[in-house]
Amino acid sequence: MVGRARALPVLTRLAKIVVSLAVTLLGLLLVTFLIGRVVPVDPVLSVVGDRASQSTYDRVFLELGLDQPLVVQFWMYLQDVLRGDFGDSFLTKRPILDDIARVFPATLELATAGVLIGTILGIPLGVLAAVKQGKLADQIVRVVGLVGYSAPIFWLALLGLLVFYAQLGLVAGPGRVDITYEYDFTTKTGLLLLDTALQGRWEAFRNVFSHLILPACLLGYFSMAYISRMTRSFMLNELHQEYVTTARVKGVAEWRIVWVHALKNAAVPLVTVIVLSYMNLLEGSVLTETVFAWPGLGSYLTNSLQNADMNAVLGCTLVIGISFTALNLISDLLYSLLDPRVRRRR
Amino acid sequence: MIDPGRAIRTLRFSTLDNRQADCVNLSQIQAQTCAHQRGKSMKYLSHVAAAAILAALPFHAPIARAETPANTLVQAWAIDDIITLDPAEVFEFSAGELMGNTYETLIGYDPGDVSNVFGRVAESWTVSEDGKTMTFKIREGRSFASGNPVTAADVVFSLTRAVKMDMSPAFILTQFGFAPDTVDEKIRAIDDYTVEFEMDQAYAPSLVLYCLTANVASVVDMALVTEHEADGDFGYNWLKTNYAGSGPFSIREWRPNEVVVLDRNENYSGDAPAMERVIYRHVPEPATERLLLEQGDVDIARKLGPEEFAALASNPDIKMQEGPKGTIYYIGLNQKNEYLSDPRVAEAMKYLVDYSAIADTIMSGVAEVHQTFLPKGFLGELDENPYALNVEKAKDLLAEAGYPDGFTVTMDARNTADITAMAEAIQQTMAQAGIKVELIPGDGGQTLTKYRARTHDMYIGQWGPDYQDPHTNADTFTRNTDNSDEATSKPLAWRNAWDIPELSVETAAAMMEPDAENRAAIYRELQGKVLAESPYIIMFQQIEVAAIRSNVDGFILGPSFSDNSVAGVTKE
Repeated sequence: MVGRARALPVLTRLAKIVVSLAVTLLGLLLVTFLIGRVVPVDPVLSVVGDRASQSTYDRVFLELGLDQPLVVQFWMYLQDVLRGDFGDSFLTKRPILDDIARVFPATLELATAGVLIGTILGIPLGVLAAVKQGKLADQIVRVVGLVGYSAPIFWLALLGLLVFYAQLGLVAGPGRVDITYEYDFTTKTGLLLLDTALQGRWEAFRNVFSHLILPACLLGYFSMAYISRMTRSFMLNELHQEYVTTARVKGVAEWRIVWVHALKNAAVPLVTVIVLSYMNLLEGSVLTETVFAWPGLGSYLTNSLQNADMNAVLGCTLVIGISFTALNLISDLLYSLLDPRVRRRR
Repeated sequence: MIDPGRAIRTLRFSTLDNRQADCVNLSQIQAQTCAHQRGKSMKYLSHVAAAAILAALPFHAPIARAETPANTLVQAWAIDDIITLDPAEVFEFSAGELMGNTYETLIGYDPGDVSNVFGRVAESWTVSEDGKTMTFKIREGRSFASGNPVTAADVVFSLTRAVKMDMSPAFILTQFGFAPDTVDEKIRAIDDYTVEFEMDQAYAPSLVLYCLTANVASVVDMALVTEHEADGDFGYNWLKTNYAGSGPFSIREWRPNEVVVLDRNENYSGDAPAMERVIYRHVPEPATERLLLEQGDVDIARKLGPEEFAALASNPDIKMQEGPKGTIYYIGLNQKNEYLSDPRVAEAMKYLVDYSAIADTIMSGVAEVHQTFLPKGFLGELDENPYALNVEKAKDLLAEAGYPDGFTVTMDARNTADITAMAEAIQQTMAQAGIKVELIPGDGGQTLTKYRARTHDMYIGQWGPDYQDPHTNADTFTRNTDNSDEATSKPLAWRNAWDIPELSVETAAAMMEPDAENRAAIYRELQGKVLAESPYIIMFQQIEVAAIRSNVDGFILGPSFSDNSVAGVTKE
């Protein structure tokens, strides 16, 4: 009885999550679908081109189901999705799931590395700026952040390539791996760092790392700018609280006040900031991907959208929606880990 | 077979070209770097970034510059136009080049001299007395990459398959009177090495032969493709991402928007290529391509702009190679417009484009002035460029037409860097004679959709031949058999509402003329008429330029993309 009583709230919670996920995704799909149908691009032309004969055009028009009313088209699509069939992309001629399984890991790897760098650098810098409020260190951090906000990313990306790849030779160039290592390992997860490490291909690992580090630093720089700014303001808020004064009166070491007492309290809103920043990167950065010849989700999605390849666009929308929901769940969990009040409320 | 007007490409390239336009070139970046590094913020930035990279790099030694391996050719190009690897469907630039290097057609021609036509899979051919049937003798002893022999059955399978599948390029074959349900009787194997090709009329043999050099006529491995056939799809669902050919290279892998890897075909019946592997990397950003090329990470860069070419010109490790392509840049004047339908206005406008200035600046090195509808190198080409910027003459013509103060029209222009820049230059010169041109920018899909609905005033765009015979362009520029709005066929003449019953008859006659010299004469005459009377302002012909590492030799840039060949490439 006791066990059942405990299990029920968990189940209710799970059911709630599933229902809200389903509603969110359905809404996303519907809106994306409608947008795709009002874009003034003829998907048939994207498939057959300008030269095809009228019979070819008509055949493809029927094949794409464009003769059906919108509602029917959407319903047919939904039925397929529920069966696990996301359709084929007419640009890559492959199942959408295969395409996403290929492009999403590239973005995931880059975004994860980027957000890690952004967090590891951004939090200490933000804390530093808050502690040294108004002093030189604060100004430096703020200026660095401002540049991160305002510099055009393709410009910084090209600059980075010019300096670290072309001039200094510190990192490998655009792309994910050198052609020498192209077939040195088998791609399983699509996360090349993980693949090479699991297969013990350390030279290839090193090469992959060297390709990843520059774009990751670049994206990391942008999320660092955001994270450090937010950390600074959260910390400033905390440092003016009474418990900080109390701790100081009690004679607690200053570093302990900052890094343990105040930061712990700033951590909850910071989780939201980091998750948002991660989410931003996961949608894929088209410009970064273009400059670094990175075959990720951003350029795949843009390309598909511009050619009215709606199956691909809808598939990507789902993936992004699911990632968003998953990250929200994770940040909820983190809240309850970090904040005893949230834990108790549940 | 090349199709620059194709929506898919224009769409994608428009985005790339926008980025290209947005991106400053590297020399500018270097200058800006210096300027910015004088500023404090940039200094902090570079210090932080450098510290971040150094801290994160567990290996402090510089990564050795990986030269490309001696047995591998690496090219950087924009290959996001590839949507299929099935030769019955391929109609895109980069996929066309892949087909040219991995498949063989019945007939081929010398990329240096297109008039030199020879058999590739075919050994010889004869034309029946009534001119309707061509008989091809297939070379014996050749094999596909799979090891299967190339026979008449494969040829028949390939051609009939393309007709039955009815994909975009199928019209190149079906224009000879083939239909999916009857083609089996018309294209037939007589024995293991003889094929008969029976058309509905006696078309000019040169036209038929050139059409058989197109990718759509590539010979596929019947046994291999049939093995993968499912639900009567002619093996399409397999072949669209796989390979079944007999060319010098085989396709190992295509990862969309990322890479295509070709391996040397060890069963190739011709001379074995020196390269064991050829890699096409998708590098959409020209500045990035340039860096990769300079660093030696790629051997050939294919999507550079005039700025990159200028910057690379002084680099001793890099050489440039040019190949004139068949693509024509032109403006279409819709004859439904009251101003534009006056021939004097059309003529005046031909004097209001500064051809040489545009070719020397905006299109420097990537296009040359060309005012006739057949590209250079085609049978019957007419090398005449009578028009140049002449505002006074244009004003006289406009006054004669009753518009001494000019008028206002719109011009639809795709938002790619080259078209936009050209359109702006033309807008400016037209204004000198009082013609106010309002530009309507749009992406490829939009402008094309509007053009095909002929609701434009003026349209600036490109047209590329589908195969190497003059009919491909004549068919669209000078043939319009039904000028009604309901017409199913939408050639350029129709799109500009140019009603030309007589020219249409002449064009059709040229298609049937058996004698090549007489044919050439008809096309020269057609071009002369188009120059003088047509609502097209034909301006330029495209030149493809590749930047190549100086240790690489033997790369061929032919008149069409499927003629671009890597088979003869060697590296020192």
